Amino acid sequence: MSSPKPKIAFYWCASCGGCEETVVDLAEDILGVIEKVDIVLWPVAMDFKYKNVEAMPDKSITATLLNGAIRSSEQEEMARLLRRKSQFLIAYGSCAVSGGIPSLANQFTREQILKFNYEDAPTVVNEAKTRPRLEYQNNGHTLTLPELRNVVRALDQVVDVDYYVPGCPPTPNITKTAITALLEGKLPPKGSVLAPNIALCDECPRKRTRPTSASFMDFKRPHQLLADPELCFLAQSVVCMGPATRSGCGSQCPAGNMPCTGCFGPTSRVRDQGVKLMSSLCANIAAKEEDEIGKVLEGIPDPIGTFYRYGLAKSLLRRKMNLPFSGERNGHG
Amino acid sequence: MPKRIIIDPVTRIEGHAKISIFLDDEGNVSDAEFHVVEFRGFEKFCEDRPYAEMPGITARICGICPVSHLLASAKAGDAIMAVNIPPAADKLRRLMNLGQIIQSHALSFFHLSAPDFLMGWNTPPAKRNVFGLIASNADLARAGIRLRQFGQEIIETLGGKKIHPSWAVPGGVRSPLTEAGREKLRAWLPEAYATSKIAFDLFKKTLDTHKKEVQIFGNFPSLFMGLVEPDGTWEHHGGKLRFVDSSGSTIADQLDPQKYYEYIGEAVQPSSYLKSPYYTPLGFPDGMYRVGPLARLNVAEQMGTPKADAELKKFKKLGLPGAVTSSFLYHHARLIEILASIERVEISLDDPDLLSNDLRADAGINSLRGVGVSEAPRGTLFHDYTVDRDGLLRKVNLIVATGQNNLAMNRTVAQIARHYVRGNDIPEPMLNRIEHGIRCYDPCLSCSTHAVGQMALVVRLIAPDGAIVRQISRI
Repeated sequence: MSSPKPKIAFYWCASCGGCEETVVDLAEDILGVIEKVDIVLWPVAMDFKYKNVEAMPDKSITATLLNGAIRSSEQEEMARLLRRKSQFLIAYGSCAVSGGIPSLANQFTREQILKFNYEDAPTVVNEAKTRPRLEYQNNGHTLTLPELRNVVRALDQVVDVDYYVPGCPPTPNITKTAITALLEGKLPPKGSVLAPNIALCDECPRKRTRPTSASFMDFKRPHQLLADPELCFLAQSVVCMGPATRSGCGSQCPAGNMPCTGCFGPTSRVRDQGVKLMSSLCANIAAKEEDEIGKVLEGIPDPIGTFYRYGLAKSLLRRKMNLPFSGERNGHG
Repeated sequence: MPKRIIIDPVTRIEGHAKISIFLDDEGNVSDAEFHVVEFRGFEKFCEDRPYAEMPGITARICGICPVSHLLASAKAGDAIMAVNIPPAADKLRRLMNLGQIIQSHALSFFHLSAPDFLMGWNTPPAKRNVFGLIASNADLARAGIRLRQFGQEIIETLGGKKIHPSWAVPGGVRSPLTEAGREKLRAWLPEAYATSKIAFDLFKKTLDTHKKEVQIFGNFPSLFMGLVEPDGTWEHHGGKLRFVDSSGSTIADQLDPQKYYEYIGEAVQPSSYLKSPYYTPLGFPDGMYRVGPLARLNVAEQMGTPKADAELKKFKKLGLPGAVTSSFLYHHARLIEILASIERVEISLDDPDLLSNDLRADAGINSLRGVGVSEAPRGTLFHDYTVDRDGLLRKVNLIVATGQNNLAMNRTVAQIARHYVRGNDIPEPMLNRIEHGIRCYDPCLSCSTHAVGQMALVVRLIAPDGAIVRQISRI
């Protein structure tokens, strides 16, 4: 008798669904995966219920691939439940790995975000200043909504994570490699990122034109120039996150004539992706006087969105204010 | 004793949601509500970002239709620069949008919805999904997967990547189609047409066996909104907005999409993170309107391509004497839009402009506010940016497709629940019908809650005293 198939779960939290699409994009290949595993949970494609998962014995899911950042109480709860039920919990995609684009929200308080959305947005008509409520009475019935936490967190800021698959979204090839490693039991040490541990520049088709000693007179924004399709972006004075970013994506953006924006996160040797790139750029600014340096830096008007686009939650900055994760009224009115 | 049913989460929709159904003392449904439990807050955290970075950032609102955000965002950037983009760039953006419509509609039809009406409501949940479809009808499932792949190929060929391509920029696009890319895409056309035909044949059979579903799955009067050309032809990326009512009469036409705030308002409800847009001249909630494939086909007088026009004529007959009001027919409308998109891709591939290198208009900041509007697969999408002189965003407003169907989705859930729920027992097939009512809209809740988060589903049966009689949750 053959041994039972490994059980795999997919789940999503604060995400866009692009990670799910990557799995769907394995397209016909997915038919091969299905033969080797039992998918026990995948809300976007299959009907399963919370209670089915709750009823499963602890550690009975071989691996859960969880995408999305953790913003709400419900997501936190699901992350804990799936942690308990899974032998391996894998943070899948930038949001789960490092907070992703949704963690740019950590520059603002929850109240600022909710107030704009439900009161100040130009199309909102809301004189009563109604807000979505955690508990709401409707004809004697109590309706509830999950609480939004004060900050957006990466998965490992909530529960223990075994492996990380980076990318926004992860590319099909690294997804396939990760799933194959899982199925074959050929996993690296716990805590590893399942992507090559070298900088993107090493696999970039523009590698040979990378300046050995750059000297930036200014920084250009990508839409302001018709970029040379073969020359290293740094040689064209365009900020490219490649030197501080892990490879494994197939250099899709530089190959498509756009600079890397850093979605694969840093290699294991880099503590903070943004600091790494900022320090290397700043060391190479041609100007030496403060006001001239200031002029050069005007070419990077949004350092947080540039250097921490996918990883504010896990960066040294983490968030704008030292907020608790939860609070009393939570701006829900 | 009266009760409440909760379905949580609604599966096979792209996001997180739950449904509450209220019962009266007799065990009949008194009301139902659809709640979106996710929120991310894009509008606020896009502040301080440069407008030219917004296509890449807002693409992450939705991984299902990133192209729609990419294009609407780039258009808002065009408006800030106050430029007309080169014709080749416009044609290339349109080609990518058609690829987006094909892939997204194919996903909705084959992967997410077809298992319900092809395998039957009584098929157990563990089989009623795309894998069950693969097991029971491998050829069909494979055809559907490949049709979606065709749409994704268009996106990848142009943008270098299937999901979140950073290709459209304010002022134009980054790169043209190559000769090799054009031939690769052309080679897909015969198979795409063949699959489209298989889908139509299948859906026609479905219509014969699902008369009741057509009657009660979101069949009610409402307004419909979509972009049209000046002569009323179906539009997906340019044109002006038209509203029709359920009698099929045009109540507003050639509205400037850039001034959407003059006729669209958003109400806030305490039980959902999703806001409820409405047509302001009729007020809330009477100004309820639907967007997306059903709405676009109701506002359009013709599709503009022969095969799709023949299908549109048959479709319009289903609504006579008025507009087509059943949301079950979103599926039908989706198939017609897939066909129209394949035809338009075919025509477009013959256009030598697609290989042109004149792809960018260059300008500084000439307008401090810019609105970009495009038809996403699920409906009209608005990106509204206010910038400072340095091009940093000071205010962002986003109205996405699924949000605009919020009121209609609520009505749909209540209509189906009233029909099927009697007393405390909720058999699984009935629950799935309620979920399918939502699925007709193919809601992309990660998108619509760009403001906060995502959707899964809970259905609760709620007694008059507020007690939960039965709760069914799906993650």
